[in-house]
Amino acid sequence: MELPLIDLEPIWLSLQLAGITVGILLLIATPVAWWLAHTRSRIRVVVEAVVALPLVLPPTVLGFYLLILLGPHGWVGGPVQAITGSPLSFSFAGLVFASTLYSLPFVVQPLHSAFESVGKTPLETAQSLGASRLDAFFTVISPLARRGYLTAMVLGFAHTLGEFGVVLMVGGNIPGKTKVISIEIYDRVEVLEYAQAHILSAGLLIFSFLVLLMVYTVNRRLPVQVT
Amino acid sequence: MTDLLTAKLKVDYPGFNLDIDLSLPAKGVTVVFGPSGSGKTTLLRCLSGLERPPAGYLKLADQVWQDDETFIPIEKRKVGMVFQESKLFPHLNIQENLLYGYQRTQPLERNLHLDEVVQVLGLTALLKRYPDKLSGGERQRVAIGRALLTSPKLLLMDEPLASLDMQRKAEIIPFIKNIEDEFKTPIIYVSHSMNEVLQLVDTMVILNSGKVVNWGPVEEVFSDVQLRDAVGDEQLGAILEAGVAEHDEEFGLTRLDFMGQALNVPKQNIPVGQKLRVHIHSKDVSLSTAPPEGTTSVLNILQAKVAKIGTLEPKGYSVDIELDAGRPILATITRKSLSNLNLKPGQPVFAHIKAIKMVHEIDKF
Repeated sequence: MELPLIDLEPIWLSLQLAGITVGILLLIATPVAWWLAHTRSRIRVVVEAVVALPLVLPPTVLGFYLLILLGPHGWVGGPVQAITGSPLSFSFAGLVFASTLYSLPFVVQPLHSAFESVGKTPLETAQSLGASRLDAFFTVISPLARRGYLTAMVLGFAHTLGEFGVVLMVGGNIPGKTKVISIEIYDRVEVLEYAQAHILSAGLLIFSFLVLLMVYTVNRRLPVQVT
Repeated sequence: MTDLLTAKLKVDYPGFNLDIDLSLPAKGVTVVFGPSGSGKTTLLRCLSGLERPPAGYLKLADQVWQDDETFIPIEKRKVGMVFQESKLFPHLNIQENLLYGYQRTQPLERNLHLDEVVQVLGLTALLKRYPDKLSGGERQRVAIGRALLTSPKLLLMDEPLASLDMQRKAEIIPFIKNIEDEFKTPIIYVSHSMNEVLQLVDTMVILNSGKVVNWGPVEEVFSDVQLRDAVGDEQLGAILEAGVAEHDEEFGLTRLDFMGQALNVPKQNIPVGQKLRVHIHSKDVSLSTAPPEGTTSVLNILQAKVAKIGTLEPKGYSVDIELDAGRPILATITRKSLSNLNLKPGQPVFAHIKAIKMVHEIDKF
C-alpha cells in the first residue's frame, strides 16, 4: 500500500500554536494560580469560576465572543487594527489569543493545586533565610511545584493541539496561517480523503495518549515532596 | 553592654489578642513560656516580620524593625528562624540547605561559616544526603545550622523540639547550649515544656492569654503563686540552683548544697562544686510545723518560712503557698491542711520534698 501524501504545514502550525500558547499561559497562569492558592479575598471564587468557564462553555460561544472582540470593531481587534493595519480575527496572533483563553483552566488548575500543596511555609522559610519573594519563588517554590508545572504544560499543549471550534470561528481556515491539524482533518473528511484523515487522526490520538501516559507515569515516579 | 530587644505589640484578631510591652536583654537564651493559645507563636511571628501587627514598635539594639512608618521585612531583619518542623528544602541536599541562607548573606556580614557550624552541630556525615534520609533529630540540627549560617543577630526558635521524642530532645539540647557558648547568638525560644528548657534558659517570659504574666531570671519568675493558670498543674513549682557538695557511693546519692541546706538526689555524674538546676514541683512539697525528728522516709526537708499564701478558690480544695528558704519554693497543700496548720505569713515551717524532678547541669556563673 502506498502512503498518501500528507501536508505537513498544518502539523507545524499546530505545534507552533501550542508551544507559543503554553509559553504565554505559564507567564499568566503562574501569578493567577499563586494568588488563588494563597488569597483570602472574597472574589477568589469569582476568579476561580471565570477561569473554569472554558471547560464548560461550548467552543462556539467562546469563539463567537472572541470573533467580535478580536474583529476590526472589537475592543481588542480595533486598537490592534489601528496600529498594525489588520485585525486579530483570522490571523495566527488571533489564534494564539483565543487558545490562551481556551486552554487557561488546563494550566491554572494544576498550578493552583501544586501551589496549594507546597503551601506558604517554604516561602516563609526562604524569606527568613534572606531570600526575596522572587528569589524564593524560583529557588524553592517552583522546584517544589515541578509536578504541577509538568502537568500544566502537557495538558495545555495537548489541549491546544486538539481544539477545533474556537479555532474555526476565530481563525477561519487559511492555509499556512490558521489551518491547524484539527481543521485539516475536518477538510479531508469533507472531501472524503479518509486515508489522510486517518493518518492525522491516529497521529493526534497516539500523541495525546502518549503525553498523558507520560504525565501520569512521571507524576507517580517523582517523589512526594513532603518533609 | 548588652543590647536590648524592645517589643511593644498590639494584635487584635477575633477570639485572640496580644498586648505586650517588653524590653529584654538580647543575650543568652530567653524562653517564652505559656500554654497553647497564649500568643507565643504570634509574638515570634511578629518579631520575625512574618506577621505585621497593626500597632507595634520593635527594636533590636539600635535598629528599629517596626514603628509607625517603618516595617523591615523578614529577609532584611537578620533573624534566624527554627520552627517545630525542620522545614528543610526537600529538593536540596544538606549542604545546599545549610548554604541557602549563607549565600544570601552579604560576605562582610558573615560571622559564621560552614565548617564551624557543621562541626558544632555534628553534621559532617550528613552533608551529601537529602532531608528525607535523615532522622527527625538530625533534620532539626540541620535547620538550626541553616538559620545560624545567615549570621543572625537573633535566633528565634518556635518549639524546635516539640515533634521529637525524649531521647532526640536530649540529643539536641547540648547543641543548642553550644550555640550560645560558641557563637554568642541570642536566642528566643518558645516552649510549653519546662523539661525542655530548664538547662537552657537564662531569662523567662511567661505569657498567658496574650499578656506577659511575669518575666525575669528564671529562678525569680517561676516561683510566683499566681502562675498556676499560665504554667499548668503539672509544671508548677520552683526552680532552684544548687551546687554539688558530695557523692554518696554507698546509697547512690548526690548531696547538693542549697543555700546552706542539703538536698539529696539520685547520684549524678557531675564533679563536686558544679552548679545544678533543679525543678521542685509544688505538688511534691508538703509542709509540717514541727521538726520531723527521724520519723519520715522523706530525705529532703528544708527549713523555710511562709512567704505568701495564694488565692483561695471557694470551690477548690488546694492552695499554693510560696515559701522562703533563702530562695522561693512553692508548695501545694489542701485548704484543709492550711486551716489545720493555721499557717500565716512569716511562720517557720518544714518543707518535705518528696521528689526532685529534673536535675540539670548548668555551667554558667
